Amino acid sequence: MAEPLLELRDLQKSFGGLRVTDGVSLDVVPGEIHAVIGPNGAGKTTLINEITGRLLLDAGRVIFGGEDVTHLSMAARARRGLARSFQITSILPGFSVLENAALAVQARHGSSFRFCRPVAGEAALNGPALAALEAVGLGTRAALPAGSLSHGEKRQLELAIALATEPRLLLLDEPLAGAGPEETTRLIEILLRLKQQYAILLIEHDMQAVFALADRVSVLVYGRLIATGTVAEIRADAAVRAAYLGEDELA
Amino acid sequence: MRRDLPAIAFLLLLAMAPFIGFGEGHQLTLLARSMIFGIGAVSLALLVGGAGLASLGHAAMLGFGAYAVVVLDDAGITSMAIVLPVAMLAAAGFALLTGVIAIRTSGVHFIMITLAFGQMAYFTAASLSAYGGDDGYTLYGRTEVFGTRLLENRLAFHYVCLGALTFTWGLCRLLLASRFGRVLRAARENELRVQAVGFSPYPYRLVAYVIAGALGGLAGVLLANSAEFIAPSYLSWQRSGELLFMVILGGLGGLHGAMIGALVFMGLEEWLPHLLGEHWRLVFGPLLILSVLFLRGGLVGLPASLRGIGRG
Ligand SMILES: Nc1ncnc2c1ncn2[C@@H]1O[C@H](COP(=O)(O)OP(=O)(O)O)[C@@H](O)[C@H]1O
Ligand SMILES: [Mg+2]
Repeated sequence: MAEPLLELRDLQKSFGGLRVTDGVSLDVVPGEIHAVIGPNGAGKTTLINEITGRLLLDAGRVIFGGEDVTHLSMAARARRGLARSFQITSILPGFSVLENAALAVQARHGSSFRFCRPVAGEAALNGPALAALEAVGLGTRAALPAGSLSHGEKRQLELAIALATEPRLLLLDEPLAGAGPEETTRLIEILLRLKQQYAILLIEHDMQAVFALADRVSVLVYGRLIATGTVAEIRADAAVRAAYLGEDELA
Repeated sequence: MRRDLPAIAFLLLLAMAPFIGFGEGHQLTLLARSMIFGIGAVSLALLVGGAGLASLGHAAMLGFGAYAVVVLDDAGITSMAIVLPVAMLAAAGFALLTGVIAIRTSGVHFIMITLAFGQMAYFTAASLSAYGGDDGYTLYGRTEVFGTRLLENRLAFHYVCLGALTFTWGLCRLLLASRFGRVLRAARENELRVQAVGFSPYPYRLVAYVIAGALGGLAGVLLANSAEFIAPSYLSWQRSGELLFMVILGGLGGLHGAMIGALVFMGLEEWLPHLLGEHWRLVFGPLLILSVLFLRGGLVGLPASLRGIGRG
């Protein structure tokens, strides 16, 4: 296998007495979608927060692109190419859709300690921002206030913002959460396209989506990984069936 | 640009004011003070409206500027070419030293810590017995511009204040529209989002705090010259509260709100005593409360709210 892009080594985290991350080790190699599934409260979002630096670990190491980033800030990790989307949409509602993406481009293009030139007209930022919007099908929405988008469009904007940071790895926290059936189909198409270009750690509840998208699947239960394998292996795993997957979802 | 029209119209009105019925001495004095506090309020609006930093210690920045005039005057230095840069640097330096700590906090903690630093500056000023301590310090001559007593001329002083206000508004306007300003505005709206794309808001906020401090120092220099007298009370937290109030009264929808808020506030403070006699504060206080309650977008948001009522 190729050199992993992201490597988690024995991550540990407790909230008071609650062990939310209990010895998690996994990796993501370039070009793959590695899905993490698990019941509500298993610690999936917490895991993403640990990888991105929003939460500090009690123990363990996060290696990204061969570099130990365990003690770097969230912003520093993002600048190295770790991009995330949020399970609960986190956008700038008062900014235009384009500006939401352009801010992300700005983080990777030159200094932002520039005080004179009006930023709204900077083609070097708006070009890539628009490209990111188009990649998720939001090109025609660029000029609208982000707060006025529909729920599904906000999910798409989450993705576009992540893409606009020119990431090497996408950490997607339930990108389909709350989307209707039509929106889900569209988002899955988008994710399939993104797969051509990016390595993705995907957290998702929708089993159909996971089985359609993922190369490998890890199952997280009460903060512990109980299995990692290909889609077929996970479907066949007795422990996974017992702990998590309903029989109907495997059918 | 269209959204700058209200600000430009307001500044033009101020430019014409001496010739359209506001040319008398006490009127010019009032207008000058309004513009000076307008500079303070606009620089504070950069923090409150732009960066989401509601400082309750901004009067200290004006105080640093004013006391720089005093200290240099006492040392026999009265040239604007020296006084102004020293004053602005002093205020910026104070903003930097206190901002390094204050910007690490947010919300109520930020308000409390800026209040504490402001009061520290106030008590320090009150203890400067060489400069009059509590009693303040009287300037016997205004700061000289290129060796002339230009500022002694009321009309000239009016246009100097207007120039400084225009400069302050233009600068803050430019800053907010720049890359730097976009990071500030975004971090005010959603700090987590900004961090997640790779910005640490802290250095941006600190730079904004220092710039606002320097502009506060500019206002302080003009304030000292306008009053020809400076006392520690100019640094008190009540003054900071008034500045914050001017910003909110005017509205955070644009920087011109702060200019208008300052003018209206100073105007009310001037005219209410004439209209209502010694109990004017009994009306002033409730008026302030009502304006906060009912003018959600401030004075500059008034046209939009009225249209809303018209439709509703
Ligand atoms: N900041 C926090 N403080 C205390 N407990 C938390 C915190 N964040 C999450 N938890 C708890 O940790 C567990 C895992 O949460 P989370 O990672 O959000 O789960 P998932 O994303 O898998 O649904 C839950 O029991 C949740 O209540
Ligand atoms: Mg979650």
